[in-house]
Amino acid sequence: MTELHHQTLAELAAGLKARRFSSVELTRHFLSRIERFNPELNALVTITGEQALAAAAKADQQLAAGAGGPLTGLPIAHKDIFCTDGVLTTCGSKMLSNFVAPYDATIVEKLSQAGVISLGKANMDEFAMGSSNETSFFGPVKNPWDLKKVPGGSSGGSAAVVAARMAPASTGTDTGGSIRQPAALTSLTGIKPTYGRVSRYGMIAFASSLDQAGTLTQSAEDAALLLGAMAGFDPRDSTSVDTPVPDYTATLDQPLAGLKIGLLKEFFEKGLDEANGKLVRDALKVYEAMGAKLVEVSLPNLPLSVPTYYVVAPAECSSNLSRFDGVRFGYRCEKPVDLLDLYKRSRGEGFGAEVKRRIMTGTYVLSAGYYDAYYLKAQKIRRLIANDFERAFGEVDVLIGPTSPTPAFDIGAKVDDPITMYLNDIYTIGANLAGLPAMSIPCGFLGGLPVGLQIIGPHFGEAKLLNVAHRYQRETQWHREIPQAYR
Amino acid sequence: MSSFETVIGLEIHAQLATKTKIFSSASTAFGAAPNSQANLVDLGYPGVLPVLNLEAVRMATKFGLAIGATVSQRSVFARKNYFYPDLPKGYQISQYEKPIVEKGRMDILLEDGSVKTVGITRAHLEEDAGKSLHEDFQGFSGIDLNRAGTPLLEIVSEPDMRSAKEAIAYLKKIHTLVRYLEICDGNMQEGSFRCDANVSVRPVGQEKFGTRCEIKNLNSFRFIEKAINYEVARQIDIIEGGGTIRQETRLYDPDRGETRALRSKEEANDYRYFPDPDLLPVAIDTAFIDAVRRTLPELPDEKAARYIEKFSLSAYDAGVLTASREMADYYEAVLAALGAGQEKLAANWVMGELSGALNKDGIEVTASRVDAGRLAGLLKRIVDETISGKIAKEVFESMWAEDKDADAIIESKGLKQITDTGAIEKVIDEIMAANPKQLADYRSGKDKLFGFFVGQVMKVTGGKANPAQVNDLLKRKLAG
Repeated sequence: MTELHHQTLAELAAGLKARRFSSVELTRHFLSRIERFNPELNALVTITGEQALAAAAKADQQLAAGAGGPLTGLPIAHKDIFCTDGVLTTCGSKMLSNFVAPYDATIVEKLSQAGVISLGKANMDEFAMGSSNETSFFGPVKNPWDLKKVPGGSSGGSAAVVAARMAPASTGTDTGGSIRQPAALTSLTGIKPTYGRVSRYGMIAFASSLDQAGTLTQSAEDAALLLGAMAGFDPRDSTSVDTPVPDYTATLDQPLAGLKIGLLKEFFEKGLDEANGKLVRDALKVYEAMGAKLVEVSLPNLPLSVPTYYVVAPAECSSNLSRFDGVRFGYRCEKPVDLLDLYKRSRGEGFGAEVKRRIMTGTYVLSAGYYDAYYLKAQKIRRLIANDFERAFGEVDVLIGPTSPTPAFDIGAKVDDPITMYLNDIYTIGANLAGLPAMSIPCGFLGGLPVGLQIIGPHFGEAKLLNVAHRYQRETQWHREIPQAYR
Repeated sequence: MSSFETVIGLEIHAQLATKTKIFSSASTAFGAAPNSQANLVDLGYPGVLPVLNLEAVRMATKFGLAIGATVSQRSVFARKNYFYPDLPKGYQISQYEKPIVEKGRMDILLEDGSVKTVGITRAHLEEDAGKSLHEDFQGFSGIDLNRAGTPLLEIVSEPDMRSAKEAIAYLKKIHTLVRYLEICDGNMQEGSFRCDANVSVRPVGQEKFGTRCEIKNLNSFRFIEKAINYEVARQIDIIEGGGTIRQETRLYDPDRGETRALRSKEEANDYRYFPDPDLLPVAIDTAFIDAVRRTLPELPDEKAARYIEKFSLSAYDAGVLTASREMADYYEAVLAALGAGQEKLAANWVMGELSGALNKDGIEVTASRVDAGRLAGLLKRIVDETISGKIAKEVFESMWAEDKDADAIIESKGLKQITDTGAIEKVIDEIMAANPKQLADYRSGKDKLFGFFVGQVMKVTGGKANPAQVNDLLKRKLAG
């Protein structure tokens, strides 16, 4: 039998159904890998072994009774941004380092009801603010492909845990690229669905109008499985959309002949590493061989997406993070002398530098006298960017380009230079601003480090994205690569 | 004093009578144990999201229609950001640039009998904050978040009022209206109906407004009037003394009967309003608005107009009777039992004896010891002349004290009016015989003594003799 950790979710699901192994065996296998590898990778901040084994035993009973769904008994890891009832939920911050959530996020609840087992909570950039997982209060996560490199962020723990096969899949969130960029940097398949496709209830907010939950998996097929169970309208989230969830697995194999792929002119211009760009072009040749047509399209306002994002996201975060005041939950400073002291020190000591930087930026752009010049203008540009995308999708079915300008960089290389760090998100932010679904899939290696291919679709075009990704993964084997040390 | 004109605008916070909070499913009932009615959404826990209570939208729409306002088909919730321990999220969800109700109006009756229209700039939906309790915790403050997330309708008037009296008239009209609409219980003690007043003065004839002060913490009609009058006098004093008014927020202290500065304009928060990304714009269509329109009751002004036109009541009487829906309902129930033609009689009784008794006992009309049916039973006996109006007041007192019908009391106390001409004549004869001097004086021209004889007849008959008959018979007999 193939090693359990070499199998995709889909393969493991088939194995469980055929009773080739039990959920308890599967869970034990991954828990032992976590025990072995997590100390060097720092991918998980909380490991819920006992609860996982109890849930696995329950799943086995269901499976034995012939009950259970397609995901029953499969273990995964949750990004520590999702509230998990009775389990520490830190959001990578000192502020919540003592916070045991009193409820389950909707996606946690949905997956748990589908029989999915949670192995633990994945490390992340503090409050999902970062592109390298270096802003976590619990220390940086290492990239399994090279321990000196970052795994990307903010879902860096979610990426590393799957890349090192300590879990077959994980959940993540993506506000400006936080699923796709780490997926690219660790050779995984990551999907950020359409804004409103997945409930945000119970997901600790960074920038409410951009945040969206998704998955990090070994394949598009796995993403289809997992996303199908997470997606759907939630009456507790007013921004979730009440539109049926298709069976994403049903359309994975549709042929791509005649598919119109848009190449974003702006993505292939300055900033893209040349060798990185060549891998993307190689991938496009694979699509051409399958009968797809390449069309160059231009999104003239797209180059404004980074500054636009760094107005909108901090503005929302400055307000979203006001609730962390030391009064009702989370970190509280020692012996506050009065209310102002309580606020100042609890927040001053509880938040890290990057979070503070964004709160201050956000507070500034919303201030009287600056609102019109920054926030309002950014919202207008956001609309223009969304219009650009809409126009493009009038001509093409999907847009394809790079996910990240470079492969994984060294830990510490960019921490002192926030602007360079922010530019990492240059290709991914557009989809968030426009609320579009987007994926990253592995398309090769550069100096031993993975490179990702980004696919962006129209609103609620997840099925098409997964189909486009899956057909590529039938033609190539990049997504089956596992770092040497974790095979 | 007379050379200054007062300018007042009011901001009213009416707590909407929804069962649950505006963005959560927690109950809004008053008086529960602290923090027992605050769920994770109200507590602002990480990850929770607000979901708008449609009932609050319906109530705001109802209000908008009732004041002839524009009900916006698209309104937007915004976040008002500031830190305070009783504000769990660090922001209040309110409506800022796009309120649900805009450009309404309310007519008020002035003391000289003329009608004035007060403009209502806007009314918007928002959530209430919790309460900070500074006593009882020795060096700490207690926080009760039961009230956090309670739906409020903030009703903002134009600066159209020119005296405290006008402000009170407007406030009372709004108070009446929200209770008619059943969107607010109007309870000022419990804080369901609160008001801030923006007050300024300017020299008569000057067009430009003076610098205004906002007075907070006004929770009774009496305090509001006092606070405004105090503030007006304070501002005039300063100006006449050569000073200038500072724009500031002032707090009314009911114990001292004065206002004092809370914070100046410079110290005011920058609330950094921006649209709440957790909530979609509130989109309502004409079908929704029309459906709400169909639920509107007859409004106080419409009701008063009907009373004036159909019942020939005075504007004042109509205003008093329609001041609360319950009072008007009571009045109309009396009318229904009494039959047409007695509207004025019923109005006098409801506004007179009944209201007096209610006030004396400090109870609402809905808790009246004499219900509309029993009062109508009493009035019927006036109409059919079984008893006089004077005796009726005595009967009413008994009815108020014990749960008996008018007829039973009239019967048991023998209060039935004497209408038998022979019996009345007999009494008159006896009185004339017993008072020969008065009779002689009367007959020699002292007309005023007529009253003396009426009094004597009533005294002997215990007030039960029919007054009109007594008059007729006395006139004839005394004439000789």
